Parts: sequence; C-alpha cells; structure tokens
Amino acid sequence: MITIKNLHASIDGKEILKGLNLEVKAGEVHAIMGPNGAGKSTLASVLAGREEYEITEGEVNFDGTDLLELSPEDRAREGLFLAFQYPIEIPGVSNVNFLRTALNEIREYKGQEAISAKDFMALVREKSAIVELDAKLASRSVNEGFSGGEKKRNEIFQMAMLAPKLAILDETDSGLDIDALRIVASGVNKLKSPENATIVITHYQRLLDYIVPDFVHVLYNGKIVKSGTKELALELEEKGYDWIKAEVDKH
Amino acid sequence: MGYTENELAKDLENQEYKFGFVTDIESDKAPIGLNENIIRFISAKKNEPEWLLEHRLEAFEVWKTMTEPEWAHVHYTKPDFQAITYYSAPKQTKKYESWDDVDPEMKATMAKLGISMEEQQRLTGVAVDFVMDSVSVATSFKAKLAELGIIFCSFSEAVQEHPELVKKHMGTVVPTTDNFYAALNSAVFTDGSFCYIPKGVRCPMELSTYFRINEGGTGQFERTLVVADEGAYVSYLEGCTAPQRDENQLHAAVVELIALENAEIKYSTVQNWYPGDKNGLGGVFNFVTKRGMCERNAKISWTQVETGSAVTWKYPSCILKGDNSIGEFYSVAVTNNYQQADTGTKMIHLGKNTKSTIISKGISAGFSQNSYRGLVQIHKNATNARNFSQCDSLLMTDTCGAHTFPYIECKNSTSKIEHEATTSKIGEDQIFYCLQRGISEEKAISLIVNGYCKEVLNQLPMEFAVEAQKLLAISLEGSVG
Repeated sequence: MITIKNLHASIDGKEILKGLNLEVKAGEVHAIMGPNGAGKSTLASVLAGREEYEITEGEVNFDGTDLLELSPEDRAREGLFLAFQYPIEIPGVSNVNFLRTALNEIREYKGQEAISAKDFMALVREKSAIVELDAKLASRSVNEGFSGGEKKRNEIFQMAMLAPKLAILDETDSGLDIDALRIVASGVNKLKSPENATIVITHYQRLLDYIVPDFVHVLYNGKIVKSGTKELALELEEKGYDWIKAEVDKH
Repeated sequence: MGYTENELAKDLENQEYKFGFVTDIESDKAPIGLNENIIRFISAKKNEPEWLLEHRLEAFEVWKTMTEPEWAHVHYTKPDFQAITYYSAPKQTKKYESWDDVDPEMKATMAKLGISMEEQQRLTGVAVDFVMDSVSVATSFKAKLAELGIIFCSFSEAVQEHPELVKKHMGTVVPTTDNFYAALNSAVFTDGSFCYIPKGVRCPMELSTYFRINEGGTGQFERTLVVADEGAYVSYLEGCTAPQRDENQLHAAVVELIALENAEIKYSTVQNWYPGDKNGLGGVFNFVTKRGMCERNAKISWTQVETGSAVTWKYPSCILKGDNSIGEFYSVAVTNNYQQADTGTKMIHLGKNTKSTIISKGISAGFSQNSYRGLVQIHKNATNARNFSQCDSLLMTDTCGAHTFPYIECKNSTSKIEHEATTSKIGEDQIFYCLQRGISEEKAISLIVNGYCKEVLNQLPMEFAVEAQKLLAISLEGSVG
C-alpha cells in the first residue's frame, strides 16, 4: 500500500524526519508511537502534502504512484486520508455540502459521475451510524461549535464517507473521554477491510486497546528505531520511552 | 464597439466650436461639459414637463456650490466634470455582429457563472434570433403586472405616462441638496427605472431590470424610484452578475424607495462593474446614493453583493419614520487587486419601536482597501428603538486592508444598540483541510468565502443567490497569499 524509504523532511531549515523507513501492506493496521517531538505529526503532515515541509531526500510509493509528486488534493483523491489531530472549523459551510463537494471531486478525478442527492443522503445516514454521529451534526457547519469528541467522530465519519485506501489517524485519541474513544475506535474497526490500511499515530497505548495493531513502531528523533507487535506498545506503556532513547543514543 | 471616454471627448472636441451653444435636438450626443444649456438639452431631448426641468436646474444651481466629499477612505483622481458627455442617445443593444466577436475572457466568465447561452448572448448584446424569446417573455410578464395595476417601466416612460406619481415622490427621500453626487444626478440623470405597487398588492414575481434591458441602456446617471403603496409588497433586483464593461468611468446613481404604511420593499443588488485591471488601471467609479423611507409598520430590506468597480462609495440607508418600522441592510463587499470600497449604511430611527439590523461582510484581497462605514442614529422620540449591527472582515492577503467606521448617535435612553465586529484572515489551515479531502483550492476558497457570507447570501432570491456565490468565487480566484 505504502512504502516509505529513507525519508528526510525539514521545516524552516530544521530537519525533523531523518531517514524514515516504513512499509504498510493492504489489510494492515500500523501504530506509530513515540515521545513528544519525535516527528509523528510531521510524518502525517508530510504524507498529506503540507507545503511548509521540505522533502530533502527519500521516496514514498503509494499504491504504485510516487506520492511526493502529487498535490495534496490528488493524494486525497488517490485514497490517502488524514484524520486531523485538530480538526478545522469552517463556519457557514455545512458538513454535508463539504462532504458532497469532496466526494464529487474524488469521483470526478476517478472519471465517475457525480453522486445523486438521494444516494448521497442515503450514504450519510449509513455512515453516520458507524460513529453514532447525530444526523443534526451532518447538517451543521463543519466542526463549528462541535465538542472535542464530536470533532474526532466527525473525522471518522468523513473517513467512512470517502472510503480511503490508506487512513492516517493523527493523535485521534487526544482529548477523548473513554466513551468517545470507544466509539471512534469501533468506527475505525468497522471500516477495516483487506483492501485498505490504517496508520494510527498515538502517544498513548490506550487507543491500541481498541484498535488492535498488527505492527507497532517507535519513532524517535526522526527515525523508526524499533518495530514489533502489539506487545511492544504494552512494554512502552509500562516502561516509558527512556529505555528506547537510551538504547538509540548509545549507538 | 464602444468609445472610451477619451476617444469620445476627442471626437467631440471640435464640434462644440462648430455648433456653438446651439443645442441640436436632432443630434445624438450632447457636447462635452456641463452647463445650463446641456441640462435644457437633456430635458428637451426627453420631452420633459416644465417642472422637471425646473427641478434639474435647481439641482444644478445647488451642485455648483458643493464640493466633492473627501471623508471616505478612498483615493482616486477626481473626475473632470467638464470632460464628460452628459447625454448620448440610448446605446444600441447590438454591440457585436456575431458571437465570435465577443471577448473570450468575458465569455469564459459568463460560462463559469452558469449563465445560459441565450442569456449570455443577450447580455453581451449580440444580435441573434432567440433574443426575441426574452422580449416575448418580457411582454407577457408586463401584461401580468398590468392586470394587478403594477407599474414597472423606465424612468423616462414614467415621466410621460405617470407624471403625477413621479412628481409626488421624486426627491422626497434623497433631496437634490443631499450630497454632491445626488445633486449632480438630479441635474443630469438620463434614465432609470420606476416601479409602483398599488395598495394592498403583493407583486407576484421578482422585478428585475433584466426585463427592461432591451429598452435602452441605463447610462451613467441612473435614477430609480420604487413606491410601495399601503400594504403592498415588492422584491426588486438590480444589476446582474455578468461582468459589465462600460466606457463611462463615473457612475452616480440615485435610488429612492418609499414604503408607505404596512408596505414592504426588498431591494437586492449585485454589482459587478469593471473593477480595473490587475494593476489598478481603469475601472468604474461607483458613487451611489440609495435611501428608503419607511412609514408606519413598513419594512425596507437592502441586500447587496458588491464585487465590481474600482472605487465604490455607497450607503443604502433607511429612514425609519413611522412607528414600528423596520430597516435591514445585508452586504457583502469584495475588493481585489487595487479596488477600493467604502460602503455601509445609515439607519435613522425616528419612530417608536423601530428596529434595524445591519450585517456587513467585507472580503479584501490583493492590495485592495475595504471599509465599512455605518451610522445608527436614534432620535429623541424613537422610544424603544433597537439596532443590531455585525461587521465582519475577512482578509485574503497580507497586503490588503479592512477598516470599520461605525458611528452611533443616540438621543433616547430606552433604545438598545448592539455592535459586533470581527476581523480574520482566511485560514491556510482551512484550505489545507479542504485539499486533504480532495477539494481543489479554487473550490475550497469558494466554499469558505460563501460560508462566511451565508447570512447575506441567504437574503437573496434563490436564482440570484446561486449566481452571486459563483461570482464571489470568480472575483477571488487565485487571491490567497
């Protein structure tokens, strides 16, 4: 699905990613953990195509295409979805209008016809149920006046609507109470299929109780320094990151 | 093809000598410049009654003593009022021989606006057969209005056919002495629109100047008078979203609305005059006086979407004379490149329990300057008057300016006045969020801006609103910096 090789990225002349390697196959869930400032959110931003980051080296192959050559909107249209750590408010633009515009842009890119209003509304009803999102929220302005939990659920709702090949969840668990966390995680699990893949970026192990990863990677100082299975996450929870830091810094 | 102002001036330079000051009724153009003879010429040309000529001459006398207002936050080279031709025969509808002659840029813009092919050809004035369709539509439309006793015609026609109505109401809301441009307009106006809705009649359709377009161009000194008699209702649309190029640099219109007891007038404008090029060269100066008078229980609602003109100076206002009357002002003003806009409203509360609402949304891009200027005035007898004002500014670049000049004068302690204002820059985060969902930058800006203007756009009649939304997007194309 996605193969990242020796990725280097910097912002304002400061290198954040320093030779990152990662491979995610279809049907897999990968968790990326790491201490603050390790470069977790930078990785999400770089993959989504934020312009303020400069890629100085490396390559990213996304399902056969050179991801780094694509504009942010084309990455999205190719099936890359980022669930934002801090979802953005767009006053006066209804969630449904926003999503219908997005969906039709993606369909147009793929040479498909625009979705009819009837089919679209049926899709909204079906997908909002997955994250137990109140139908009223679908007609409210994008994220405006939403609680923290509603915003995160709305991200997963959008993910359900757009059915991406690869979803990157950037700290989706931050600011969620346990009930919201369960709903969000269950939404992600329901959307899982052999054809798509998920990268879960998180600081805490807690989310991984609900979204069980196939692989766990530790990102530290711009590189993946340790990979393992879900047991690694538990170990991190117990021991913190210091032992990994020490291990890396020794070399 | 149209003349530019300079070409016209040059062309006419020698004619004044040739003919002296003997104005020639047969000729199609007045000599350049402004004096009493020119005014007599215009009046004679239009076969006006004596009282109207007197009215014009009085206005001219007043105008001569006035100076141009300089308080607005705009900078431009003042027009030379003696270098303007104040009368030329109504422009011919047929401006182009064929569709192929029309400016491709203009065609592209109209296509983006979603204007039908027929409408595009009519707006550009191409001589084609199916233009006749809109004429026939207009004819059946007029018949329907006539059945209800509604008068909707050109101002000149009203002067001939309904002089008593014109005489009774003209100048009662915007007196000739009101301001420099209103005085000038009163002296030299050439045409415009007139509308009268009889007592208790609810006009069943949106009245639009669209339907009169074949009855001659409206010219640079337009005069509009809308009278809604007791208990009447009318929704009036002015302007259109298609780009309007005009050889006249100065536009100084006067619009008067009169809402008698229990009447309601809804007046919507989309203004898209030529704004000048990317470097700020050329473009129309739009200096307009618009005002409405509300009698008891009456309501006047102004909605405007302003995207055009190089310089805009415009304050659609309401005089809330009657008790319980209501005034509303909803405005979106977009400035890009080097455009300058100083626009807002005046709400004059005279009667008891009068209410006014002001919603102003300014959007500045490029190197433009966008100002909101408003006055809320509560007179001493206006017991329990209410006003709510909200003025928001959205900045698209670091090089543009947004300014707010709200004035409040209150002489009655029972009144309640609220004012809210915000200024924000269009968020790169918002745009990126849209991009990440597969939405192009162009569509993202359109979504965000239309969301920002929603409260105002919601006031427009449906079809107009759709076009206005597209127009906003086009006006701001590639403007984020």
